[in-house]
Amino acid sequence: MLQIDRIHAGYGPIEVLKDVSLEVHEGEIVTLIGSNGAGKTTTLMCVSGLNRVRSGRIVFDGHDLQDVSADRIVHRGLAQVPEGRKIFPRLSVRENLEMGAFIRNDRDGIEEDMGRAFALFPVLKQRQTQLGGTLSGGEQQMLAIARALMSRPKMLLMDEPSMGIAPLLVVKIFDAVRELNREGMTVLLVEQNACLALKLAHRGYVLETGEIVLSDAGSALLTHPRVREAYLGEV
Amino acid sequence: MSTTEVLLQQLITGLSNGMIIALIALGYTMVYGIIELINFAHGDLFMLGGFLALTIVGMLGLDATTGNATTFVAVGGLVAISAIFCGSLNWTIDRLAYKPLRRAPKLAPLVSAIGVSFVLMNIGLFWGGLPMDVFSDGVAAAAPKDFPALASNKNLLGEASDIRFTVKELMVLVITVPLMIGLTMYVKYTRTGKAMRAVAQNPIAAQLMGIDVNRVIGTTFIIGGALGGAASVIYSLYNNTIHFQMGYRAGMDAFTAAVLGGIGSLPGAMLGGLLIGLVRAMSDQYIEARWTNAVVFTILILILIFRPSGLLGARLREKV
Repeated sequence: MLQIDRIHAGYGPIEVLKDVSLEVHEGEIVTLIGSNGAGKTTTLMCVSGLNRVRSGRIVFDGHDLQDVSADRIVHRGLAQVPEGRKIFPRLSVRENLEMGAFIRNDRDGIEEDMGRAFALFPVLKQRQTQLGGTLSGGEQQMLAIARALMSRPKMLLMDEPSMGIAPLLVVKIFDAVRELNREGMTVLLVEQNACLALKLAHRGYVLETGEIVLSDAGSALLTHPRVREAYLGEV
Repeated sequence: MSTTEVLLQQLITGLSNGMIIALIALGYTMVYGIIELINFAHGDLFMLGGFLALTIVGMLGLDATTGNATTFVAVGGLVAISAIFCGSLNWTIDRLAYKPLRRAPKLAPLVSAIGVSFVLMNIGLFWGGLPMDVFSDGVAAAAPKDFPALASNKNLLGEASDIRFTVKELMVLVITVPLMIGLTMYVKYTRTGKAMRAVAQNPIAAQLMGIDVNRVIGTTFIIGGALGGAASVIYSLYNNTIHFQMGYRAGMDAFTAAVLGGIGSLPGAMLGGLLIGLVRAMSDQYIEARWTNAVVFTILILILIFRPSGLLGARLREKV
């Protein structure tokens, strides 16, 4: 469904991604793990069109995303749950979700999906009139995921959903991702928490200083010596 | 006139001027809210709206003797035309001068805005020099131009009353209040209005929602400009004089109002405009008109010391 083919990208003179290729098939959860500064977020930003690739191709659902603006990419069926959540702090929870459905016009469908979002994360229903900025970090993460789903995407890009969140909520959020996947959602998940991510994902890629150094099934990577040493804190 | 009557009179005058200032202030605050640009050209855009209105008044031959019904329609028409003109012009200015600088340091578009301000002022000077009766046939382009009193000075409280609440003051309220309510509803409830707030709060996240950020910014310039255009007609009818530099003074008051209320906040701009109008009127009456600017800015400085983000400015911080 998503093919990233030998992309190079960076900021000014700094090259962050050097020849990164990866693939996500329909119905999969694929994770991209790596340490801080490896280029995980940059990869997602390139897919979302917020960062332009210098060379290489990104193909989503059979269409080259080159020269497609970030807002149009959402129309193609790609939604991102951004790093740091990027909730609209002075919009209510409900309005945040409405913004997630910005590209849609089917009022009934939007209402229906809002019901689904509230079923997935009941706490959002209780807080629907509250301002996004007043939610806790974990609640904001749930809102960010629910908001991304409101566009009815074919695929979800998730950037560090576990960052800065209480462990109990992290479990809830990962359960929700598993549930979404079971219903057919394709997911590309970027995580620093390699253990959690690899347990959840079907396949994984390891990114080190802008290059993919390993790729295998999630369970295989969990037991791979290099991954255990570098990302799971085992010697 | 008793002291109470004097006070009431100043309240009426202050509120009327304040509503006009508030309408202009909304244009500053909306643009600042969405791209953090102090659009210094906004006051001069407002001025050009006045010149357009006077040109049309001249072409149609309207004056104080025009019948009530005609005047009523004419004022509505002038407000609409001036709003459309200033809205489109503001959008065009954004496209040409500010949009190419979206990723530039904030200082760059600010300097461009000052530049646009001077360009518009010169266009106003040129406009005032056109050979039309209403512009005194272009003699002394820089001189203030009389604006016919389409809205009369007839006291609605009866000619016997010492307090004057005239047709003019009623006109100010009848036009400004619905515009402000309309804007508030638009920003609060419509899809585009919500998108405006989303872009203002986090443009990157807005893009990830599929919002075309530049389009929303363009709409903001159109609406802000249109409010300035409407304000220019009301201002001209209220003061019965326009001048190519009137945008500087009115713009300064309005910008101050926006900062006082909390720049980026719509209710803030409205409140700030009203306060500036009232303070001006009170200072004119009870201190001395020549001290009014000093009084206004002293109050602004004091308020900002205690509330740096303005009276209604956003204080909620985004969690990271």
